[in-house]
Amino acid sequence: MTETTQTAETTETAGVAERAAERVTIHHDVAHPEAFTREPLGWLPWLTPLREDELTERHYEGLVEPARAKNDYFALLARDPEVLGARTRTDLDIFYNTDGGLPRAERELAAAATSRVNGCVFCASVHARLAVKESGRDADVDRLLADGVTTDLDPRWNAIVAASVALTATPPTFDGSHVRALREAGLADEEIVDVINGSAFFNWANRLMLSLGEPRLPRRRASA
Amino acid sequence: MPDVINTVLDVAPGDHLDRIRDSRPAAKENSQRTYDALFTPVDTADVTRVERLAVAAFVSRLHRQEELADHYAVALGAVDANLLALVVTQADAGLTTGPYGTYAETGLAAESSDGPRFAVSEEGALELGSRLSAALEHAHLLVFRPREASPEALQRLLDAGWSTTGVVTLSQLVAFLSYQIREVHGLRVLATTEA
Repeated sequence: MTETTQTAETTETAGVAERAAERVTIHHDVAHPEAFTREPLGWLPWLTPLREDELTERHYEGLVEPARAKNDYFALLARDPEVLGARTRTDLDIFYNTDGGLPRAERELAAAATSRVNGCVFCASVHARLAVKESGRDADVDRLLADGVTTDLDPRWNAIVAASVALTATPPTFDGSHVRALREAGLADEEIVDVINGSAFFNWANRLMLSLGEPRLPRRRASA
Repeated sequence: MPDVINTVLDVAPGDHLDRIRDSRPAAKENSQRTYDALFTPVDTADVTRVERLAVAAFVSRLHRQEELADHYAVALGAVDANLLALVVTQADAGLTTGPYGTYAETGLAAESSDGPRFAVSEEGALELGSRLSAALEHAHLLVFRPREASPEALQRLLDAGWSTTGVVTLSQLVAFLSYQIREVHGLRVLATTEA
């Protein structure tokens, strides 16, 4: 094989990869969820994620956890690694820093309620599962998914859901009445900040998940 | 760079609100890092700084969040006053309340609600150009009816000259602003609600 041929082949391969990256992928014959669900869902990207062989140190820094290179959502967001890295570190502190503040279950409740309002079926499924895992309140969480954010849970959860919903409106309608309701339900200001952070963050996350790809139902095993 | 959320809220280090924000120090620090990465980017090949500021001025004005709308209007006005005037005109034509939109999920059809689908005016498109016009239309979709996002909407961005990486940055920009605006709104309400 001559050197000229090799160069031509390399250029051709790069050209194909380049064109593949600059197109939208429409997924046919995919089973979609048809309502909010706690079932684990998959997610299919509409744009081309970075392949593992395209990743540099800069991308891995943005991915935070190297295993995320295999996840289409993070591998797509890795196209802007500085923003992805800062996004992920914001997310982890808001939801997993348990040094004081709101119980984990109620941070997940704020995320699920926000996703329910914005209409992110994928995000709602993840955070509804986590809210149940942390609280054990499967019937309440299922009612939030099925009936929506005005369903009656208990005074404390109602106040957290109502605050998340008001902050999610555009423009936000969150006001002093929501803060007073949260305080009456027993939340200190350090906990109210966790509600604000959790809901505000899901206004970020929902818009990425909803606009860069779509949820899919897991493939059923033939024997199931 | 000074913390932009504290700056627009006029919060000084050690204030009640600053101390509460410090209970989530990595979130505070990385919210600022995201802002820096979006507006002082290491790479502007896919989205220019002026495009970023134009989208930010548009999105913050759509949210009617006074402090951040002023912040981004000043930043855009400093580099292109004419573009700021065009963006303000488009934002004011796009004001509405959300979220709304038609669900793709059949089981949620009863919850679908209608609302305006914003398009840049013909005159506006001539002055803004196709790239920025497409970006503002997509930003309006993400702000008010994210449940209607679609591969076709992304195709319109590619057709207008956006790269795949540029679409990722644009999406992060609008999504981050949706977060930052709610942080400022929520923290301001918390700080001003008497115990």
